[in-house]
Amino acid sequence: MESCNCIEPQWPAEELLMKYQYISDFFIALAYFSIPLELIYFVKKSSVFPYRWVLVQFGAFIVLCGATHLINLWTFGMHSRTVAVVMTTSKVLTAVVSCATALMLVHIIPDLLSVKTRELFLKNKAAELDREMGLIRTQEETGRHVRMLTHEIRSTLDRHTILKTTLVELGRTLALEECALWMPTRTGLELQLSYTLRQQNPVGYTVPIQLPVINQVFSSNRAMKISPNSPVARIRPIAGKYMPGEVVAVRVPLLHLSNFQINDWPELSTRRYALMVLMLPSDSARQWHVHELELVEVVADQVAVALSHAAILEESMRARDLLMEQNVALDHARREAETAIRARNDFLAVMNHEMRTPMHAIIALSSLLQETELTPEQRLMVETILKSSNLLVTLINDVLDLSRLEDGSLQLDLGTFNLHAVFWEVLNLIKPVASVKKLHVTLNLAQDLPECVIGDEKRLMQTTLNVVGNAVKFSKEGSISITAFVAKSESLRDSRAPDFFPVISDDHFYLRVQVKDSGQGINPQEIPKLFTKFAQTQTLATRNSSGSGLGLAICKRFVNLMEGHIWIESEGLGKGCTVIFIVKLCIPERSNESKSPLLPKANHGQSSFPGLKVLVLDDNGVSRMVTQGLLAHLGCDVTAVSSSDECLHMVSQEHKVLFIDVCMPDGFEAAVRLHEKFTKRHERPLIVALAGNTDKVTKENCMRVGMDGVILKPVSVDKMRSVLSDLLEHWVLFDSM
Amino acid sequence: MDLLSQLRGQIADFSAFLHREGFVDDQFTQLQKLRDESSPGFVVEVVSLFFEDCEKLVNNMAKALEQQIVDFKQVDSHVHQLKGSSSSIGAARIHNVCIAFKTCCEDQNRDGCVRCLQQVNHECIQLKNNLQTLFKLEQQIIAAGGSIPAMQ
Repeated sequence: MESCNCIEPQWPAEELLMKYQYISDFFIALAYFSIPLELIYFVKKSSVFPYRWVLVQFGAFIVLCGATHLINLWTFGMHSRTVAVVMTTSKVLTAVVSCATALMLVHIIPDLLSVKTRELFLKNKAAELDREMGLIRTQEETGRHVRMLTHEIRSTLDRHTILKTTLVELGRTLALEECALWMPTRTGLELQLSYTLRQQNPVGYTVPIQLPVINQVFSSNRAMKISPNSPVARIRPIAGKYMPGEVVAVRVPLLHLSNFQINDWPELSTRRYALMVLMLPSDSARQWHVHELELVEVVADQVAVALSHAAILEESMRARDLLMEQNVALDHARREAETAIRARNDFLAVMNHEMRTPMHAIIALSSLLQETELTPEQRLMVETILKSSNLLVTLINDVLDLSRLEDGSLQLDLGTFNLHAVFWEVLNLIKPVASVKKLHVTLNLAQDLPECVIGDEKRLMQTTLNVVGNAVKFSKEGSISITAFVAKSESLRDSRAPDFFPVISDDHFYLRVQVKDSGQGINPQEIPKLFTKFAQTQTLATRNSSGSGLGLAICKRFVNLMEGHIWIESEGLGKGCTVIFIVKLCIPERSNESKSPLLPKANHGQSSFPGLKVLVLDDNGVSRMVTQGLLAHLGCDVTAVSSSDECLHMVSQEHKVLFIDVCMPDGFEAAVRLHEKFTKRHERPLIVALAGNTDKVTKENCMRVGMDGVILKPVSVDKMRSVLSDLLEHWVLFDSM
Repeated sequence: MDLLSQLRGQIADFSAFLHREGFVDDQFTQLQKLRDESSPGFVVEVVSLFFEDCEKLVNNMAKALEQQIVDFKQVDSHVHQLKGSSSSIGAARIHNVCIAFKTCCEDQNRDGCVRCLQQVNHECIQLKNNLQTLFKLEQQIIAAGGSIPAMQ
């Protein structure tokens, strides 16, 4: 056999079929070769493709497949062994590569697919972002609108401008057809159309506030869509067939100053709201978008704030004006008051001076008159004149210094005086008047009422006189009784004087004086008024009395100064009345004071001059005994002698005072001899003359012989007391007549 | 207590009477003030002394005036004494009479003096009686347990 290395084909070489196969293989090879070329080309173009080596692998696989098919072209005819080998090689390679690729693709294809998914995802995201971007832009625009609106609104503090501007800007921003503001009326029961955008003069158009739609809008702070047919929205006459645009209403809170809280708006039910109604253009098929509603809500709040600011400003301006007015008025009033006070002071000063000058003249001349020779009757008259003038001067001082009295800067003139004498003087002063009116006046002084007391004599007399004078003045008939006694603790704590807490102690006591009259009485309701100065009760006024109304007020102040209390008791009109006052008086001290005690007689044994050694020279037994008893009563250690010899014999340095009766023949002689005996002044006793008369001759004689004092006989206990105290204080006594 | 107030009333009235009629004056009241626990009978003592004195003086004056030649100086001095005494105790009437008496002495009017003396005597007796009544009342009061009231 001829073995040629030819490979016999399996089938007989049919020409047509072979031709077709031949062509197909050719094209397949072409395709196979061109696909990787395309791939390479496109991969080169795109830089992102991550799987290059996969492509290379794929490319290799395809190239080898193509090569295989190409080589297959030669196997249709007789082909040499080389060709067969090549063919086999290529097929083997192809098989390897394709298996590798298949294996690789298992890993690659899910990745490739997920790439696609990611792309889809990204696309969605991009679309979403676009949407959001659109929203944000819209919001930003809204915000810009609001800021612009707010700026416009806030640039004025005038309420009308605010509201008008709001409507205008809203209309412009939202392209509204109509915008209206309904304000609540004063009564709060209706809403009145106050402002509109398009209509120039809104007619006084009101709707009741209790409509359901209005309540709905007021109950929430959101902008709500309402029906275009509701009363608040039907502002313009409906122009026929047009479809009205959507309407939105929002509440605008009207805030008062008191509504402001720091954190949030207070939710009170009594708040007032205005209603803002916004209408889209009719026939536009526009709808209210959410952002537009939000814009409207924000604007409404801003408007509320702007209105409240305007209201606050208004109020503060008003308050400031009011304050200024008040200031001016106060200033004026103050100046007037100052002028008045100055005028009053000038008046007082002038009147003071004018009144005092004649008074001084009266007092001075009466005093001079007193010094001259007068009959007893004349003397009595002059004394009365003097006493009354003194009282009047005191009264002038007090009346004209009323302000001092009320300030409390007035002080009492304390001094020692005879308490009994005060009452007797008052009685004497009032007796003439009383007897003219045929009134019977009685004075009862208690047993234990001290004689010598410390207090303000003039003011006490003035008070008593005033009270008694009133009693006389307001009684037409009957009697007046004056009682004075030491108030015991029970009677001090009177129910009528609830805040009067007297303190009893050894050195003072409370004097209680009651003046009872049987006159016309006083209505108990008017009693409190009586002590008010210048106040006249009706009964007093109708009685045409001459009282200035000052008397009782002054009395009350004096009594208060004396730490006491004064009040009136009356059963009623026609039943008379009783004036009671309690004042505090001091008892003079015993040892160091020069005035001696006022203890009642039962309590004697003490005096100002314990153990004071005195000598009495008197030739008249009775007189001597009386003088001795007098001095003994005052506690002195008395020695009585009846002749000058005896006197000189008995006298020593221990004797402090020597009383000589100068009516006796050798009285003066005794004094002369005494001077001879004691040359130094401090060694000898003080010499006092007891004389029967006080004429100039006697006085001169006394002074000539060197006497230290002269006393007129008869000497009373008080007189002797004061003489002794004066003597011991001043070492001289020449005015004790 | 009734008796006491009655007595007190009596004594007050009597004192008022004495003062009114001028038998005693303020000086007598002063004298009464000197009566105290250490010398309760002071007034009585002084008054008794006075009346003794008075009697003595009156007798002396009577004797002097009976003389042929009246020693007016002596009478005057007696009258002076009496005047002083009476003014010391507050015997007002006697004091006044003494003043008149003194004038008579200065005028050396014997008849006048005699008349005055008689008056003095009369007044003395009256005063004595009155004061005795007063002191009796006082004692009654003390006996009844009260204290003698002060006089106005």
